[in-house]
Amino acid sequence: MPDAQIITLGRSSEQSKCAATTSRNKPCQNFSMEGSPYCHVHQPIASGVRGASSSPGRERISEWRDFMRRRLAGQYYVDEYGYDEELSREILLPLTKFLYEQWWRVEVRGIENVPAHGPALIASNHSGTLPWDGAMLLTALQLEHPDSPVCRLLGADLLWTVPFLSHLARKAGNTVACDEDALHMLKRGELVGVFPEGFKGIGKPFSERYRLQRFGRGGFVEVAVETGAPIIPCAIVGAEEIYPMIYDFQPLARLLGFPYFPITPFFPLLGPLGMIPLPSKWIIEFGEPIPTDVFPREAKDDPMTLFDISDRVRDTIQQMLYKNLMSRRNWFL
Amino acid sequence: MPRRILITGISRFLGLRLARKLEANDEIDEIIGVDLEPPSEEFKRVEIVRADIRNPLFSKVLQASRADTVIHLNIIPSEAEKGRTMMKEMNVIGTMQLLAACQKSDSIRKVVVKSTTAVYGSEPEDPAFFAEEMSRRSTPKSSYCRDAMEIETYARDFGRRRPDVCLTILRFATILGSTVNNAFSRYLAQPMVPTVLGFDPRVQFIHEEDAAEATYRAAIEDHPGIFNVAADGAVPLSQAIRRAGRGQLPILPPAVWLADRVSGLMPFLNVPSAIIREIAYGRVADNSRMKEEFGFEPKYSCLDAVHDFREKKRAERIVRQETDATWEKDLREFVIRKQNERRADLTPT
Repeated sequence: MPDAQIITLGRSSEQSKCAATTSRNKPCQNFSMEGSPYCHVHQPIASGVRGASSSPGRERISEWRDFMRRRLAGQYYVDEYGYDEELSREILLPLTKFLYEQWWRVEVRGIENVPAHGPALIASNHSGTLPWDGAMLLTALQLEHPDSPVCRLLGADLLWTVPFLSHLARKAGNTVACDEDALHMLKRGELVGVFPEGFKGIGKPFSERYRLQRFGRGGFVEVAVETGAPIIPCAIVGAEEIYPMIYDFQPLARLLGFPYFPITPFFPLLGPLGMIPLPSKWIIEFGEPIPTDVFPREAKDDPMTLFDISDRVRDTIQQMLYKNLMSRRNWFL
Repeated sequence: MPRRILITGISRFLGLRLARKLEANDEIDEIIGVDLEPPSEEFKRVEIVRADIRNPLFSKVLQASRADTVIHLNIIPSEAEKGRTMMKEMNVIGTMQLLAACQKSDSIRKVVVKSTTAVYGSEPEDPAFFAEEMSRRSTPKSSYCRDAMEIETYARDFGRRRPDVCLTILRFATILGSTVNNAFSRYLAQPMVPTVLGFDPRVQFIHEEDAAEATYRAAIEDHPGIFNVAADGAVPLSQAIRRAGRGQLPILPPAVWLADRVSGLMPFLNVPSAIIREIAYGRVADNSRMKEEFGFEPKYSCLDAVHDFREKKRAERIVRQETDATWEKDLREFVIRKQNERRADLTPT
């Protein structure tokens, strides 16, 4: 009976009335439900199941059921780089969100320097033995930026040979660090992220923390100049302390084909427990974009110009690192 | 506009489809189909010559036909069909002989050679998209890939020696559809499809209809050069398997390599060695040059191709393909057609 009057008890009088009209063209007299302009009779069915099953727990279960059904039937969209938006938002983001908010309590500065759309290139320092800084960079953009842009990180060759990790990295929209992919993505107007230090940065000993390493061959500057994409320097403070690498056991690394084999105070001493990263305090700062469209396109063949830009990016990141390190009380606060 | 077209490998599915398209074009005077085995379909205008392209006598066929266009589709993609020795003989020696005959011919104006995107290889550090000018970063491991690279080398050599001939090399992505039978379609037809644990690569297909259309355009129009023939975008292997209505069976990497090395060790695992690296690391080619030059948008996406493949498998379950009695064939076609009609009715456009 859509027009039956239902008197609900125990509600405050300032609660608003239902916005629907009854079948007799009179305004409905029922109180509206919380968070909706309609009463429980006129509530649109699509936004929830009526009656006893509208409890949030049930809804969540049915949402999960739909999600699983879609996944099992292959009914989802994946872009041509392998970015699976649904999986990233529903599964991966909640996992990294916990680390981001609770574990490392990441603080973000200068997010307004990141454009909502590319082409733009984020260049960041790299540290922490395992690439957690990459995951946190992506999470920061998803959670803090008003437009939640998807940043495409360029991962080193080795990453793509690792089972599961390579799979998830692809699903999160990242790709191989090579000129072809970087160019292709920037030309498509994507937001691309690079760690120019590469393994030299992520695998450096704890004693050299927050000291930027040499910037590879500077290929990232070349593609930025070629496409005219601005370079956004990014400094990540905190990732250095998650696994303080006191020794790099090279013989074992060479045997296993790794670029380094970290010995930390807890790993391999405590076994898998030693793999738990320390809960340091993180600060991620995005600096002002460094424009590259002021240079002519031909500048990409001029190594001196490229070195100059590369040095400028490096200096900016180093300065931001020192500044943010000063503002942090200690490792954990 | 070509007048006399010679197609090698006409009994293979791409040859059949291409011949059907060429037959419909009245401006073409003659279509000559060459293959060792007779085609499974009847043609109105196509003349079938049962000949071996490896035999020097073949050049007589070319001379007698005075063909101005040669379309070389007689490339065997997997060892499963005839064994490795025969495969290599056909692919490498056959192409050599064919191109040698073409070089001698004075009537020839155009040569189209079928190749594969497998020439790019499948490695973890590969770029997301292969453009035509990129070359592979490692030495090839699969026999098909080695053959395709050799075929391309011979074709390029031929192009250098006869610069007056328009040479087109078409690199096809994995062809999938309702009639095609190749290594990937057999792999995807298993009830539980083995995959490599921890890897979900991007793979790419081209629907057989689009593949035939691209070949047709290369035959009719002049497009010298190398072209990737592939559908738009890419699809994760896991999604392709789910869309094909199959289950995924992730297997530890060593077991997969072992199953490849020691065939028959795990009979329930059918991972053809030609695609073993592709199912671990994937491969996607950039089709923009083809779209630009041919002015041709593939009608089917990668997932559409998988879908068509699934429909065929469904129809097969109703009518088994084992016997070749014509009434059964008609019946099968009827079932497939009706299913497609019903699907078209059901999906609102």
